[in-house]
Amino acid sequence: MSGDFPWLTVIGAVPLVGAVLVMLVPRSRPRLAKQLALLVSVVTAGLAIAMATQYDTGAAGYQFVEKHEWIPAFGVSYALGVDGIALVLIALAVILVPIVILASWHDADPVVIAASADGDLPPKRPVRTFFALILVLETMMIGVFAAIDVFLFYVFFEAMLIPMYFLIGSFGGVRRSYAAVKFLLYSLFGGLLMLAAVIGLFVVAKDQLGTGTFDFSTLTGAIQNGQLEIDPVIEKLLFAGFFIAFAIKAPLVPFHTWLPDAAAEATPGSAVLMVGVLDKVGTFGMLRYCLLLFPAASRYFTPLVIVLAVVGILYGALLAIGQTDIKRLIAYTSISHFGFIALGVFAFTTQAQSGSTLYMVNHGFSTAALFLIAGFLISRGGSRLIADYGGVQSVAPVLAGTFLIAGLSTLSLPGLSPFVSEFLVLVGTFTRYQVAAVLAALGMILAAVYVLWLYQRAMNGPVAGRAHGLGDLNRREMWAVVPLLAVIVALGVYPQPVLDVINPAVSGTLEHVGVTDPQPTVSTSTQPQGVQP
Amino acid sequence: MTSLPTLAMQNQINAPSFEYAQLAPMLIVFGAAIVGVLIEAFLPRPARRIPQLVVAIAGLVVALLWIVGVPGVSDGLRGTRHVAAVGAIGIDGPGLFLQGLILALSLVAVLLAAERGADGEEPFVAQASAVPGSAAERAATRAGITQTEVLPLMMFAVGGMMMFVVANDLITMFVGLEVLSLPLYLLCALARRRRLLSQEAALKYFLLGGFSSAFFVYGIALLYGYAGTVRLSGIADAVSGHCDASAIGGQCETVLAAGRTDALLLIGMGLLGVGLLFKIGAVPFHVWKPDVYQGAPTPITGFMAAAVMVAAFGALVRVFYVAFFDMRWDWRPAMWAVAIVTMLIGSIVAITQTDMKRMLAYSSIAHAGFILTGLVATSAAGLSATLFYLAAYGFVTLGAFAVITLVRDAGGEATHLSRWAGLGKRSPVVAGVFALFLLAFAGIPLTSGFTAKYSVFLAAMDGGATPLVIIGLISSAIAAFFYVRVIVLMFFSDPPLTAPTVAFPSVLTVVAVTVGLAVTVFLGVYPQPVLDLANGIGPFVR
Repeated sequence: MSGDFPWLTVIGAVPLVGAVLVMLVPRSRPRLAKQLALLVSVVTAGLAIAMATQYDTGAAGYQFVEKHEWIPAFGVSYALGVDGIALVLIALAVILVPIVILASWHDADPVVIAASADGDLPPKRPVRTFFALILVLETMMIGVFAAIDVFLFYVFFEAMLIPMYFLIGSFGGVRRSYAAVKFLLYSLFGGLLMLAAVIGLFVVAKDQLGTGTFDFSTLTGAIQNGQLEIDPVIEKLLFAGFFIAFAIKAPLVPFHTWLPDAAAEATPGSAVLMVGVLDKVGTFGMLRYCLLLFPAASRYFTPLVIVLAVVGILYGALLAIGQTDIKRLIAYTSISHFGFIALGVFAFTTQAQSGSTLYMVNHGFSTAALFLIAGFLISRGGSRLIADYGGVQSVAPVLAGTFLIAGLSTLSLPGLSPFVSEFLVLVGTFTRYQVAAVLAALGMILAAVYVLWLYQRAMNGPVAGRAHGLGDLNRREMWAVVPLLAVIVALGVYPQPVLDVINPAVSGTLEHVGVTDPQPTVSTSTQPQGVQP
Repeated sequence: MTSLPTLAMQNQINAPSFEYAQLAPMLIVFGAAIVGVLIEAFLPRPARRIPQLVVAIAGLVVALLWIVGVPGVSDGLRGTRHVAAVGAIGIDGPGLFLQGLILALSLVAVLLAAERGADGEEPFVAQASAVPGSAAERAATRAGITQTEVLPLMMFAVGGMMMFVVANDLITMFVGLEVLSLPLYLLCALARRRRLLSQEAALKYFLLGGFSSAFFVYGIALLYGYAGTVRLSGIADAVSGHCDASAIGGQCETVLAAGRTDALLLIGMGLLGVGLLFKIGAVPFHVWKPDVYQGAPTPITGFMAAAVMVAAFGALVRVFYVAFFDMRWDWRPAMWAVAIVTMLIGSIVAITQTDMKRMLAYSSIAHAGFILTGLVATSAAGLSATLFYLAAYGFVTLGAFAVITLVRDAGGEATHLSRWAGLGKRSPVVAGVFALFLLAFAGIPLTSGFTAKYSVFLAAMDGGATPLVIIGLISSAIAAFFYVRVIVLMFFSDPPLTAPTVAFPSVLTVVAVTVGLAVTVFLGVYPQPVLDLANGIGPFVR
């Protein structure tokens, strides 16, 4: 296809059109709505993969760029484009959506929900709404990663909340309404802080460049060549506005309390999209926006962020050990892992940042597997409590086996994909912040505790509690889980293709930050060559 | 040049020349109002409703088309500006924009006011003492005593608002203020249901409105004492130390010689400001708003929340940007304080409300605070952002009140929040539309509310009011809570046992809601044309 083909717009628009079509399906034919949604998401994934094959790993800057004036009065344009980091995250999103749709096939059905909540819940909204919302969310997720205009990014960042809010609030568990409101208010609050910073950035850019603009390349270019010199105090404030919004989204300790509620009350599918993709916008935003727009402030705040990240790793892991609810446990493991990602982003070394980016992808897949399989277990047993299960291994061996693989990937077993990224983060961090790296490494030990202890309580031992008579995974569930596990193994054994895509973008980021950094690459240059990823 | 008129005036009185083309929109609306009164006088009762509606709509549409379409007038929207009516009226971009906006909003409000539900129930009382559903009311209805005067009254109010926003001297502005207020006092008392609340609202509005008018007039008197003129440009000249003899009748020397005391100016400015801030419902002059919004018939509430807000802000901005612009270092701190408390109190108190209309009243107070941040910017960007915000907010709020008229139970409109529980399950479309309006109030991207909030905050931060913007965003976060709470209630809660039904709306309400929805989405997704318009209107005439 020609180079002018608007890949990103098309990939973003397909799910949106699909959502409209799904809503047009009569209420009485939920099955057709589901099939249509699955078809649309597979087509989207196919298009995205076709785009990815055209991505030139050697070229610098953004690719597949589209740019049109949108609101010239605000200096806003509809500008899309991807670098390596955005590309792999879009790939993560479009691959997860069909899997989630397949795995959530019955999650929106009234009968199942009534059973899981002791029949005490009000009737649900129509099934088609659930799938249409997932598709709308997919559009927003693609948009937020593909935007290369700060304002457009903000629009997607905020608009993304609305479909997620309805997904949690309309289709989740018993306390879903509380969880949905908590999720929305936390995110809105962060978003508004970011809005203040977005406006401030525009005002600063207008003062110094003459014309206000939100075009990301223009802004970063001006920062790099010294045209745009933000006053250090203002830069720190603007950084804080963006960073807090991303820290709430990611979530980093101490902004994390919404995540366990939201993840536990959402359906497993919604939880996968929320933790696996939406929250990555937070760490992606740190890497893309905080570092590139405010390099000096990023370095200034690095010690603070590293402390928060390490605290998050350990605190999340400790809380995960103490959970009695399977979904809350998985949510806390994610808080711990987001600590690793933030640590890698702010360690300012190539390995650490490549590792972080890779971790965003790997964590997406491994958490997705964990949430979905846990969801299959919960939908069979009707309880989220670990104590209600025991010995699942002997009644549903495939379920238990896949759960074990997903769990082992979460604890970063070598050979499974998270190991590669976690290792890179730790190595990269150690070259600069030894103490932080050593403390973070403790998180890996705690991970072994929470995963294996969970597995031991729920899956091993004599058949107990609700595990009696549980059926094993059916064919649909296998179709959802097997591709995930295949990706986890494949990326664990051979991550190089993804790293090839990520690395140029990461080195570009570091180079950009390094321009104003007096000693940016001291630690990387003293490393032995063999460690280079 | 100056001596020529003096010679000519010796033996004859020059008839003042009126620029009828420029004044035509106002004249058309007042004319339609008078025709409405004549219809009341001469047509038999049952035959009045349709002619009234036709006259009102025709008047508004023709006036609106006049502003947009007549070449000599519509140039004003692109920056041409001049005074008219011997200097009493200033025809300029902002004035015409506001007039057009008032007309467009009133058009929607008139549709709502003319709505007769599926059961033929009007929102207005037939006779002051008639209890809904009583024998007295049935008798009144049989006799055809329905309040068709509502539409001419609204038209008079619209005319007053149009005058209010283009008044170039304080006396004309005061006349506009009274012409717009008096019909509204009356209209507030006409709710068919919950008569006591409605009458209380009207009385409260009347008393407090009268009080604020007194402040306004007192302010005029003091400013006249200071500047020797009530012309806005004359006051501006006096403030900046210039003196234009022709503007104040040749008494420059005496005025200057008398030595101006700033006390008169400051007190006068303060009193004038109080009168105007009362109309927009800024804290601490907001206490009337919740009661009046709750008690008034809902179409009238929507009309007030949209059109009166536009008119009052138009006059406020004109007075402070024209007459007191050089005093901005004195009044900006006061406006800062007012904007801060208005935003915070509006959003915080709204959280505790249990009545939908009261909640929207507090929301309107909070939004008044947001718009004030645009005023505080004191820049061209601040002016156009304020105008854009008014356009965006007006249509969202009218749409929201239009939806409220639809959700009814046996006691009329079900405005208690708990009655809205589970509406999303019973009437997904109505609840979805209302949710969209709430999201626009909350300022979620891709709705007009976001674009508007963004533009005022951008102007304010550009004008150096960063702390104000931060407080504005915190208030937005607080406000988001109660908007979201309603969405939760509608979509995630169980409907009550005797849930209200959604009245099947007639085409009038459907059009009103659709217009509100279309503008909300359009200004959110593609605001550029309206932003261009608001940015290109130029400053106020002096």
